[in-house]
Formats: sequence, C-alpha cells, structure tokens
Amino acid sequence: MLNPNLKLNPKLFGPDVEVMPTRAGFGTGLLHLGEVNPNVVALSADLTESTQANKFAEKFPERFFETGVAEQNMAAVAAGLAESGKIAFISSYATFSPGKNWETLRTTAVYNQANVKIAGHHSGIMTGPDGATHQATEDIAITRCWPKMHVYVPCDAIEAKKATIASADIGTPVYLRYTRDKTPIITTEETPFKAGKIQTFWITEQPKVTIFATGYMLYNALLAAKELEEERLPVLVINMATIKPIDEEGVLEATRISQAVVTVEDHQVEGGMGSAIAELLAKTTPLPIEFIGLQNTFAESGKPAELIEKYGMGVKDIKAAVKRVMRRK
Amino acid sequence: MLEDLHENKVKDLEKKAELARELVIKTLLEAGSGHSAGPLGMADIFTAFYFHILKHDPKNPAWEDRDRLVLSNGHICPIRYVSMAQAGYFPIEELKTLRKINSRLQGHPHRTALPGVETTSGPLGEGLGQAIGIALAAKLDKKSYYTYVITGDGELDEGNIWESVMFAGKNKINNLIMIVDRNNIQIDGFTEDVMPLEPLKDKFESFGWHTIEVDGHNIREFVDAVSQAHAIFEKPTVIIAHTIPGMGVDFMEKDFHWHGKPPNKEEAKKALDELRTLKGQILSEHK
Repeated sequence: MLNPNLKLNPKLFGPDVEVMPTRAGFGTGLLHLGEVNPNVVALSADLTESTQANKFAEKFPERFFETGVAEQNMAAVAAGLAESGKIAFISSYATFSPGKNWETLRTTAVYNQANVKIAGHHSGIMTGPDGATHQATEDIAITRCWPKMHVYVPCDAIEAKKATIASADIGTPVYLRYTRDKTPIITTEETPFKAGKIQTFWITEQPKVTIFATGYMLYNALLAAKELEEERLPVLVINMATIKPIDEEGVLEATRISQAVVTVEDHQVEGGMGSAIAELLAKTTPLPIEFIGLQNTFAESGKPAELIEKYGMGVKDIKAAVKRVMRRK
Repeated sequence: MLEDLHENKVKDLEKKAELARELVIKTLLEAGSGHSAGPLGMADIFTAFYFHILKHDPKNPAWEDRDRLVLSNGHICPIRYVSMAQAGYFPIEELKTLRKINSRLQGHPHRTALPGVETTSGPLGEGLGQAIGIALAAKLDKKSYYTYVITGDGELDEGNIWESVMFAGKNKINNLIMIVDRNNIQIDGFTEDVMPLEPLKDKFESFGWHTIEVDGHNIREFVDAVSQAHAIFEKPTVIIAHTIPGMGVDFMEKDFHWHGKPPNKEEAKKALDELRTLKGQILSEHK
C-alpha cells in the first residue's frame, strides 16, 4: 500500500489525478529562491519560457542573464558568477546543457567547485514528438560520473519545486533533471523531502522484489505495485529522487528482505540510476537486477505514452521485469 | 586610476621580467615538461600586472575587492606561478614542485589548489566567459574591481570564445579587459596557416568592443593601454598584445629572423620544437 506516513496524493490512483510538468516546479522553486536569497542568479540560453525560468526573469531582471543560443558561454559565465559568491542556475534542454557544454561544466563548474546548478529540461523519451535529438537519455550518466556531484531527479512538479529549493543549500554543483510533458502529481506539499535520502512510497511487510524508480516513472512503478499486490506479489517501490550521493544505507535496507531488484528510469540503462544501484549492490550484497529503461537505442518521435509502450517502459513491462527477477533469485 | 609609471619603475619592472624569464626556464627544467614559448613571451605583461596594475594582496588572496586576473590559456601558467611567487603569494622554492605529485602547482592551474589562481583553466575558450561572470558579479555587488582575462591567439579558434565576445559586447561589460597574447603561433604552426584570425581587430570591433594594439614587450605601452581601457565606459576592451614567443631565449630572440620576418615552415617547425623543448631539455607536451 501507499506509505501513509508520506502524505501522498489521495487521488493518486483515481481517474482525476492532477497532472503537471516537473519543469513547472523548477519555475516556482527558482522564483521562490529569488525572493528569499538575493545571491541567486539565473541564466538561460534562448529557452527561458520553455524551461520556466521566465517567472524569475520577469521578477528579477537585474539577476537574469540571457546568453542566446550559447550553452558553453552560459556555463562559463555562470561559473564566473559562482566564483564571485553567487548561486547560479543555468537552464536549457539537457541534451545541450549538460550535453553540448559538458566539458565547460566539467572544468569551470565541477572541478572548480563553483556553485552552479544545472537545470536539464526535456529529459527522457517523455519529450515525445520532438524526437530523439531533443530527448535527453544520457544526462544522468554524464553528470553522476563527476566527482562530488549531486544529482536530483524529482518525481513530480511538487517534489521538483522542493528539489530546486534544496539544491541552493548545497555549496557545490547540482544537476536537476526535469521533464516537459504533464505527469501525475504523486506527492503533496506535506510530503517530507530530504535531498540525499530515498523514500519508500509503496510499502509491504514481506516484499519479494524492490523496485527503484526515478522521476515521473515512479508513477508507472506504483501502478505496477498496485496490480502486483492484487496478484499477491508484494513489492516495495522506492523513490530515487537523489541519485548521487546515493543513499547507501537506504538502498541496502530496502533490499534486505526482498533480495531482488528492478530499476525503472526514462534514461539509457547504461550509466543511469539502475547502474548506480548495481554498482552499490555489487560491492555489498550482489543481487539479481532487471533494468527498465532505454536498451541500447535512441527513441523517436511519438506521443509519450506510445513511446513508453514501444520502448518497454510501461506498467506491463515493469510487472514482467518483477516476475523475471523473481525467477533469478 | 593606475599609479604613474616613472622611468625608474619601468627599469625595475624590466629587471623583474628578466628574472621571471630565468625562473620560468629553471622551473620548466625542474618540471621536465610543460610549455616554454608562451610563458616567456608573456613575462613582461605578467610582471606589469603583478607589480604595477593589479590591486591585490599576496597575503590575502581572497580579498574581495581585489582585481581579478583570469588566465584562460592555462598552459602558460608557469609565468603566472613565477609572478605570483615573486610577488609573495608563496615561496620561490615551491616553483620546483610544478607538475609533481602533491603540488599546489598543477600542470594546468586549478582554482582550489592554489589561493590566488582565480579559475581552473587549460581547456581553451573558457576564461572569457568566466571573466564575464566575475565582472557581472562586480556590477551586481557594486564593486569597483576590474576583471582582466588573458587568452592565447590560437585559442580564438574556439567557438565558445565568440559566444562570450558577443555576450560582452551586447552587455557593454566595461569593467572587463581582455588581453590577447598575439604571438602568432599555435601547436600545429602559425595561426594564419592553421586558421587565419586576421583582421582580428576588426572582428572584435564588429562585436562592439574597444580595441587597442600594443607591443607586448613594452611595459610602458602596455600599462598605458590598460589606463586607456579604464577610461572606456561604454564597451569592453581588448588589448591585442603582440609578443614574441620564447622572448628571452637567445637563439630565438637574438636572431633577426624572428623579429623581421616569419620563418619558413621548416624553420618554424624546428624553432617551435626547440622552444617547446628548451632545446631538447624538457619534453614537449604535444609529442
């Protein structure tokens, strides 16, 4: 059942569950930060409205910098501002930032330990009709390999706002991953959020499998858990809102009874959240794992729901993975 | 306002620059690898910065009102380290640790390793953007410090430089002064053969910059250019400083060839190879 302590959305499984893109949470979170912290500045590379940085830009024009279509310069200018005591948020589509400007970020923000927050939008195949050029499916891999990096992937717009605000308290670079399309609201304002800690959204006493999900894919994982419960196959569903630094204790505790894992993410399975779980378990308690995500392929244009089905990331795929991993115990 | 530069001070700076060149060569020999031509060519300008232009405090490198000197072409860091040591940021003796394990003097400079190094650099084209960010922060915080950024000329091949040039021009960042080390060489040969940059001055002007060209070995001329840049309020300024790569190494400097005309391709290759390796005494980084 849904974890009652987390005060999740009571309408979660209803037909009238609210939907909102996680990028909206970035917009409201950034605006809030602008209001409470005069050191917060924001930069955009010609995608101000799409990334929802416009709310901040309109209210704080003197602290907002438009770089034009120039993601490398945006990264370097942000690093310079951060080296001078600012908390600099840069936003663009994740394929361009941290994609196109990866080395600039590596040197000027990450190695420099400059306080830059990288907001990567249009992540995953959920980006839909724009096609694979604009669907960022490697961004977790290319940011979590950076030393001392923090990587947050919020599951809905409410958590996205909380994660955005929390990132400002970290004195070093943070990667924040957002999606374009509307996705179900899973949490509420009352749901506790702590960066760096995992949370069990679906609880059961004797789990057979632990599902780790990140981002909006958590919703599909919860739907799968509900159906599996009806089939008397109890599982745990964990919200991996922080991928790095990984909550080692939390992951080990979450797998202690089940001894089998399914990971679920809208990202390449190589190098993503599932890989992070696998790396941790391999050096502590090796367990069978099934990985849901893009399997060594780019996706294509289409409606998000169609793409999720075609690329094997839907509820039925998650259920099938749970059953496969059970057989490998 | 910069202090007046008296004739005696010029002589003193010239002596310091000569000593800096000696220290660069000793440091590179000890390190066994690194870049020679750029650091030797920029010794006069670094000396002018650390001993006349910069408002700074070697005993308090994090002083928030200090002028910022961003080195974008990080590979010429030996001269920055030498100037910093001469100015008292750290003991001269420490120069011997360059490029060695457990040293603060990384092969390419790293901000968090050595106080006084403003940015990590090496990968080219990234210093100008950072300098812009630092200059913007000065405006936001109503600070009067200047941000200076030194780039190479080959470095201007990088597309991101021009992203930054456009941005600084558009935003009229007048507390930013860029110095281009116009020494006409890059790894694969002469800049105009590898990827022509001329007309360089016109390029900057078309992006809304004020431009000044100087002899990068004439300290007075360089200091005057910086003073002039301080008086330009409506634009960022670039000082294109013409320098001789390897200045001070006798086989290059004292041969009129290198002053009067460019060497042919073979001569250039040999000269550059000799320069990069200090006549075979250190390893070239690009072999």
